[in-house]
Formats: sequence, structure tokens, C-alpha cells
Amino acid sequence: MIDMKFVRKKYTTGKIEFEALKGIDLTVGKNEFISVMGPSGSGKSTLMNIMGCLDIPSSGEYLLEGINVRTLSANQLAEVRNQKVGFVFQSFNLLPYATAFENVEIPLLFAGVKARQRRDRVMNLLAQVGLAEKVGNKPTEMSGGEMQRVAIARALANKPNLILADEPTGNLDSKSGGEIINIFRQLWQEGHTIIIITHDQNVAKQTLRTIRLKDGTIDNNGNGSAPL
Amino acid sequence: MLPFQTVKQFLRDMRHQKLRTFMTMGGILWGTLAIVLLFAFGKGIHKQQIKSQKGLGENIAIVWPGMTTKPWQGLPKGREIRFTEEDVALLKSKVDGIARISPEYSRWNVFMKYGKNEMVQNIIGVWPEFGEMRNLIPEIGGRFINSLDIVQKRRVVFLGDELKSQLLGERPAIGEFILINNVPFQVVGVLKTKKQDSSYNGRDSRKAFIPSSTFTGMYSILYPNNFVVQHAEGGSMESVKDQIYKILGKKYRFDPADEEALGIWDVTEGMKFLTTFFFAFRVFLVGIGIATLITGGIGVSNIMNVVLEERTKEIGIKMALGAKKSLIMGQFIFETLLLTLTGGLIGYLIGVGIVSVMPIFKVEEFIGVPEIDILGTGMAIIVLGMIGLAAGYFPARRASNLQPVEALKLF
Ligand SMILES: Nc1ncnc2c1ncn2[C@@H]1O[C@H](COP(=O)(O)OP(=O)(O)O)[C@@H](O)[C@H]1O
Ligand SMILES: [Mg+2]
Repeated sequence: MIDMKFVRKKYTTGKIEFEALKGIDLTVGKNEFISVMGPSGSGKSTLMNIMGCLDIPSSGEYLLEGINVRTLSANQLAEVRNQKVGFVFQSFNLLPYATAFENVEIPLLFAGVKARQRRDRVMNLLAQVGLAEKVGNKPTEMSGGEMQRVAIARALANKPNLILADEPTGNLDSKSGGEIINIFRQLWQEGHTIIIITHDQNVAKQTLRTIRLKDGTIDNNGNGSAPL
Repeated sequence: MLPFQTVKQFLRDMRHQKLRTFMTMGGILWGTLAIVLLFAFGKGIHKQQIKSQKGLGENIAIVWPGMTTKPWQGLPKGREIRFTEEDVALLKSKVDGIARISPEYSRWNVFMKYGKNEMVQNIIGVWPEFGEMRNLIPEIGGRFINSLDIVQKRRVVFLGDELKSQLLGERPAIGEFILINNVPFQVVGVLKTKKQDSSYNGRDSRKAFIPSSTFTGMYSILYPNNFVVQHAEGGSMESVKDQIYKILGKKYRFDPADEEALGIWDVTEGMKFLTTFFFAFRVFLVGIGIATLITGGIGVSNIMNVVLEERTKEIGIKMALGAKKSLIMGQFIFETLLLTLTGGLIGYLIGVGIVSVMPIFKVEEFIGVPEIDILGTGMAIIVLGMIGLAAGYFPARRASNLQPVEALKLF
């Protein structure tokens, strides 16, 4: 699924260079259920953004489903984001003026799915995350948990194999957070590969593998080769 | 992505962002309206001026007797130069580039009477061409003086519209007899009301016009007060004036270069001045227009800046969900064009509305009839559209050139 070889990411702010990722080697197989942990600023989000093709590495190789991301054009990258990856953000990132239905519909529009199929797909997805009643609601008319479920439905729109979630429960109370994690567990059971960044030990416990980051390097890749 | 769905999504996004849509469109609407009105009123005033000038007549000059200011062929300066009706006929046959010419005899404060109504006004004796030269167009059912009137020295009269109302009121005038100097004259025509700004011998609307032959018979005089000459379409008054000085100079022995020997009012010079003046006026309007557009453009770009944060985030989200750059820029350009055209169109329509209700205010005499200027309007919409496009295009392009994550956390 994912193959990273010595991936680095440098940020330049003015004259200051900062290396957020200092050579990451990582392999993720099909249908894994992974949590990523680490102190704040350790590079979890940076790593996740690169995995989701929302950002590109400064050096090193990243292969997603066998495709070397470096060789892709901007349009091909857009297609990868549209088809192969579903991304769930901590702050939801829903379009504020669009309804739940319209938000979930966006990736399908970009994919050129026909109206009738689009409609069916969106309704199924919203039912799947338990929001069949809220199709016409805007983000302002929904709770945090509901917004995050819309975001998950949107991430699933084009049936990507890989679902990435950057602290998806970070802005939620524990009950809503638990519901969100249950949805991810269900998606994993359906065959998706799930990677979740979390600070919550209880969330991490539910996954099958925990990757620990520290100062831009992998402290423990969760394959049992290093101590917890 | 299917084009229809693209358009639909654009429209939906715009509908959802009412404030941005409204403000951007408002800026363009206001700018367009300002320009439309500015140009409409400018054009109205210009046309009004031309019309007033033309009320006197187009391509004409009026020639009076004068006095020499240079000695010539042994004759002293200070001699009075007069001309006869035969001279006018001579000029007509000799001068190249004359379209029409007519002597003009005038007498002021002549007693006129119809029934119980009595008036004292000016009467003018002229040839038939005079009517066409001086824009004396008869109201329906009437006519101006014709050549038979001249030959037969008929006692017929063509009345100015004001004079007609004063003498005959609302009554139909054609065929009626009025007394001029206690001599009955039959009315053959009444002047159709016209706009006239400049005049000599008083306003045409208050005069009575009779055949030149009738006039000279009545007053037994030799010399017309002046004559009116019109140069041929496409010709010039300069050459006609030169020839008049030469021919009359030869006959009455004065220096053709002595301009004071004849008094000439070249009305076409006024036209030339007017054209120059209104060219300058238009340049001024364009200046104001550009200033207005820049102001409007700054407004639009400020609004764009206000929404930049929201927009950049939106672009980030869309890119994260797989939107291609071309789609994002396409949406942006489509949106700006639609906003500009809609705003421009509404501004234009409001302008047209204001222009079309102007006649209610009865200010035509002062500012003319404002008229929509397509060129100015088009210019306004194009410039505003370009400013709007530039104001939002560059931020949008910058955002869409970023990696999605950068656009998402730019603010
Ligand atoms: N755009 C950026 N420019 C500069 N530094 C950044 C940028 N994004 C992240 N960083 C830095 O990189 C480090 C890792 O950030 P991040 O991946 O967000 O950490 P985490 O998600 O583990 O908290 C942090 O020190 C952060 O300050
Ligand atoms: Mg983070």
C-alpha cells in the first residue's frame, strides 16, 4: 500500500530551515489498521500530508500503491487525491456554505460521476455514517461529531483504499470520538487501509499497529521490532 | 468533470456566498451605472449643442455690407461696400461650391394684425432657398415661399410659430389672411418649432417671411440687409468666402484681402469650435470615467481581499478532494465574468431606466436628452471586468499553485 524510503521534509521560514521529517522509512501493507502517535511537533501531520499527497517530500521516495508520487504531474496528483486517498482532518474542513449532501458530493463531481449515481452514492454514504436525516443540513447546523461523520463520508466518496485521519477525534467529546473510531473500525473490516493520528491511548489500543514518531524520525514502527 | 455539472457547482458556490457575490457585483454595478450616466448626459448635452447650432442652419455663412480698411487701386480706405440682389444672383452663378444662396431684406417693428390681435414684429424678404438653408421647416400642410411667389410678387407669408400663436392662437393658419402694414397677406406656412440658440435679426419663431420681390415692391429698396450662403456638402466655407471677396472686390473695387469690406459670420466656425470643445469634454469624461473605474476596481479588489482567506481555504479543500488547477481557475474566471456581466448589465439597465425617465423632469432645454453611449458602457464593463479578474485571479492562481496543505493553512 505505502512504501517510503528515506523521506525528508524541510520547511523554510525566512532564513530558518527546519527539518520536520528526517528520513522516514516505512512500509504499510493492504488492510492495515494503524495509529500514529508522538509528541506535538514530532512530524505526524507532516508525514500524513505526504502520505495523502497533500504535500510532497523534500527528498526520498514515496510509493503509493506502487506508483512513485514524484513522477506524477499536478493533475495526476489531483487524481490520486480524488481516487486513491480519503483524508479526514481534525478541523473537518467542510465547505461552510454547502449542505452535508453537497459536501459529500464534491469528490464525485470532480470524478465526473453522473447525477443519478452521485445521488445514490451520497445518500448511501450518509446513511452509512448515520446521517440519513441530515442530508440538507449545513455544517453550522450540525454537531462536531456529525460534521466529522460528513467528512468521513466525503473521504469515502470514490471508494479509496487508503483512509488517512489526522486527529479525527481531537475536536470531539469522548462519546462522539468513540463513534468515529467505530466507523473507522468498520471501514477497516470492510477492507480499507486505515491510518489514524491520535493522542488518545484508548484509540491507539483499538488499532492493530502503532507507529511512534519523535523529532521527525520513527521511534517505533509498531511491527514489534522495537519495544513499546 | 462534465461541463454542465461544473457550471452547476459554480452557481451553487456563488449562491452560497451571498455577501461576496453581492458586494463584488455591487461595485461593478455602481461603476457601470456611473459611467453609463456620465456618458449618456455628456452625449445628450453635446447633441443639444449641435442641434441649437444647426437651428440657425448648417454649412452657412451670413454676409453683411462692410467698410474697406485698406486703400485699393487709388481709392481711399473707409468706403462703404454694399451689394444688390443682382450681385447675389451673380455670386450664385460664379462661385464654385455654393449649394444655396439668398438675399435677406429685413424691416423691424412692422405692424401686423389678425382680427383683433395686433403685433409689432420683424418681416423678412427672401428667396425660396432661404428656407432650406436656415432650417425653416413648415408644419404639415404648409410650405415655405416658392419661386412662383417670387415671379408673381405674391402677397404670401410664412409665419414663425410664436408669431402665429400670438396672432391666430390655436386656429389653423394656412389660407388665412393677416394684415402687414395694413396690406393683406395670405399665410402659406407656419414654422415647425425648432431649437435655435444663436440668431441675428431676432428669433425665427417671431418673424414673418415674405417673397423678396414682394418686399422690394412694398418698400422700394435696392439693397438687401445681408445675404445667406451655404457651401456644398463636402466643400468648405473658406473657398466660398475667398471667391466672394474676389468677385465683389473686382466689381466694387476693394482689396480681396480686406476682410472688413464685407462682414461675414461663418457659422461653420462655431460648429468647428463645438466639435473641438466636445472632443475635449469627452476626453474629460473618459478621465473621470477611468478614475471612477479605478475607484470601483479598488473596491472590488478590497472585497476580494476580504474573502481571500475563505477563498484560499476553499481552494485548499477542493484541491485536497482532487480538484485540478484548471478547474479551480476555470471556476474563478467563470465566477468573475458572471459577476461582472451581471453587475454591468444591472448597472446598465438602471442607467437606461434613469435615462428613459429623464424627459419627465423637463430639463431638456438645459441638458438635452441623455443618450446611452454603447462605447462608453462597453469600455466600463470591460475595464471593470479586467480589474475584477486581476483582483481575484492572482490570489486564486497563487493558492492553486500551492500544495493543498499549504493552501489549507495559509491563514
Ligand atoms: N508550513 C510549515 N512551515 C514551517 N514549519 C512547519 C510547517 N508545518 C509544520 N512545521 C513544523 O514542523 C514540525 C512538525 O509539524 P507537524 O507535522 O504539524 O507536527 P505534529 O502534527 O506531530 O504536531 C513542527 O515543529 C512544526 O512547527
Ligand atoms: Mg498535527
